[in-house]
Amino acid sequence: MLPIVVRLQAGPIDVGAETRFLSEGRGDVGAIVTFTGLCRDEKGTLSGLELEHFPGMAEAEITRIAEEAAGRWPLLGIVAVHRHGLVAPGEVIVLVAVASAHRQAAFAGAEFIMDFLKSRAPFWKKEHRADGREGQWVDAKDSDEAALSRW
Amino acid sequence: MKIVYFAWLRERVGVPEEVIALPDGVRTVGDAITHLSGLGENYAYAFERPAIIRAALDRKHVSLETPLGEARELALFPPMTGG
Repeated sequence: MLPIVVRLQAGPIDVGAETRFLSEGRGDVGAIVTFTGLCRDEKGTLSGLELEHFPGMAEAEITRIAEEAAGRWPLLGIVAVHRHGLVAPGEVIVLVAVASAHRQAAFAGAEFIMDFLKSRAPFWKKEHRADGREGQWVDAKDSDEAALSRW
Repeated sequence: MKIVYFAWLRERVGVPEEVIALPDGVRTVGDAITHLSGLGENYAYAFERPAIIRAALDRKHVSLETPLGEARELALFPPMTGG
């Protein structure tokens, strides 16, 4: 059984440490693909994003998606870490790191996990505006939902 | 039944969660949304576009046609925007 680590946290994500965990002390990992999603400031108009989540279900849903990926490709480890609470521009919102012997499985696994995480993991983003006015909830993109059909 | 709301649904309804006695005729998730829509202006506003609402029963995604069955908790929320 490959290691699957899923974590939600309010503080910064240490991409280096999370990624090292996948290969430390083992010689069978030949590829690690990492995806990091960052908070944008939208041309200076945003001071950050507030990430609301459904405690319990969010972890369970990401774990379910990771296990599905592990069943489809020969993966050697998965780390998925997602922020909640207030995230500042430039900070990492989500990290997905996938290890395998060869790159194809790691690329595919990471992309699969991100595609499903975007529209199936219960998180919602609210904009915090730089000018102090009430921010909007970010709308879901139809393209995110459409991305699922290719899997 | 325990109902929990997230994001702008929570803001529009005005509470994060509540316990609501659903009448006998309410069989599915969609029926529950229709019932909630009639409870006041805030609910009508929250559920003005019922087709876009996403739901989870006992923390598992379900469609609006899914029967409530023996579930203890119904979560209602907008399309997700994580990642």
